Amino acid sequence: MTKQLVRAGKSQRVIPGFGLSMGITLFMLSVIILIPLASVLVYSFQLSPREFLELITKTNVVNAFKTSLLCSLFAAFVNSVFGLILAWVLVRYEFPGKRIMDGIIELPFALPTAVAGITLSKLYSDTGVMGGFLGLLGIKAAYTKVGLTIALIFIGIPFVVRSIQPVLETLDPRYEEAAAILGAGKFHTFRKVILPELGPALLTGFGLAFARGVGEYGSVIYISGNNARNQTQVVSYVIMQKLNYVDYPGATAIALVMLFLSFLVLLFVNMVQVHQAKRTSCL
Amino acid sequence: MKIKSKWILIGISGVFLFFMLVLPLISVITNSLKEGIGFYFQSLATPTVKSAFGVTVLAAVIAVAVNTIFGIAAAWLITRFSFKGKQILSAVIDIPFSISPVIAGLAFLMTFGRMGWAGGLLARLNEALGTNIQIVFAVPGVALATVFVTFPFVSREIIPVLLSVGKEEEEAAALMGADGFTIFRKITFPHIRWALLYGVILCTARALGEFGAVHALSKTRGETFTLPLEIDALYLSNSSESITSAFAVSSILVLMAVAVLIIRNIAEHQAKKNEENH
Repeated sequence: MTKQLVRAGKSQRVIPGFGLSMGITLFMLSVIILIPLASVLVYSFQLSPREFLELITKTNVVNAFKTSLLCSLFAAFVNSVFGLILAWVLVRYEFPGKRIMDGIIELPFALPTAVAGITLSKLYSDTGVMGGFLGLLGIKAAYTKVGLTIALIFIGIPFVVRSIQPVLETLDPRYEEAAAILGAGKFHTFRKVILPELGPALLTGFGLAFARGVGEYGSVIYISGNNARNQTQVVSYVIMQKLNYVDYPGATAIALVMLFLSFLVLLFVNMVQVHQAKRTSCL
Repeated sequence: MKIKSKWILIGISGVFLFFMLVLPLISVITNSLKEGIGFYFQSLATPTVKSAFGVTVLAAVIAVAVNTIFGIAAAWLITRFSFKGKQILSAVIDIPFSISPVIAGLAFLMTFGRMGWAGGLLARLNEALGTNIQIVFAVPGVALATVFVTFPFVSREIIPVLLSVGKEEEEAAALMGADGFTIFRKITFPHIRWALLYGVILCTARALGEFGAVHALSKTRGETFTLPLEIDALYLSNSSESITSAFAVSSILVLMAVAVLIIRNIAEHQAKKNEENH
């Protein structure tokens, strides 16, 4: 029955412009995205498996992957906690300055990464306001992994907030009231009633912030110091370094691993969303 | 009890946002004015900054033009028709969001550079026509990289709006004999106005600020550098004056970022108003 309906819908394309919009979309998609990325793949397949393995298991490359993955993971975790609080505050409470707060969340999207990078680097250096303050606590932020992670928190926060906000808006407060009337404590209500509903959105935001962090370049390269010995080089920096030395095989091999990683994260986010859509349609 | 936890959570949010987002913003401005207002304007008027400004604006204009055409076509295709592979198509459009901009730069090097297959083609074309068209390490490469990183912005803003409006109105118009252009102008466009505007603004902001992808494809300061690359060059030259100059140039981009946020707020407000009117 549904199949028939779908087929009927397909044969009766009432609205004009299918061919034109399909043509424009596929042409531009191919020229701008698919062909250049395919070129990377084609080039990397010219490497033998042994060469490929050698290139991506060099100490500095492995260290860069470790640094990028670990710092992004930690930053995404911090962002999940604060993102949840921010989304909650913005959806559930009324207070003066709320609209400004809502607007400023998106600053990391709007601010050029290089600008964010040099500002954070200056702010967290020994002479900067935050750097001086952290220095009193015995923490050195600039040119360490701490600084790198702070930069990743900066660029990742909007992803989490913007993933959770719409879901929280549609969440009916009556369930919480019911839980409260039935005698559940605040923490219990949150853990048993709210968190399961927000889970998929939280995971999506986490995944997006993580993916962005792993590939980040502009905002981290100034504050991290890019020191191989201190393991503060990120993957994007190593690729760029190899490009500057015209080491194309090395750059491509690392890029391939990164493309694979971001593909995995995308797949994960997609699966979470499909799962969520299935669940909500069952309700 | 309830009121107390409300203000604690608002407090945490405020403190977090202040230290993570507001303080860096303020710090750009204070750093840019360190050597006085005269020096500030002087650093904005150097030949390399002026050239970078020109390249940046050119790349942004190209990116906005290309992505508006693509965004409308792709959104129309995805929301108005059903066809096989729609899911995949929609995932492919989002690729630039999820890959490192540095890899975008690498991809264009591998395509149009000396090593790339299209690079050889281009060299032969130049030989045949006696021209000297360059893509990588030249302005066209900068423009291509900018288009790549901003590619999904416009379509991503329009698609949800068109989905929520539904296609009944367009179908009715088509059945009554309206042609495609008329349908788009009279029915679709009024719905997507604000989303389109916001998409274009986001696209502009990202285009003006793109760093990683352009960094891989542009090597000549004063010729193919964009503003972010100029900021990078100034900052890394490491004299305290040039660092102040770097912040002065940055302050222009910060003003732009703040403007984007304000326009977004207005556009969102308008979109909500429109929804209520319908």
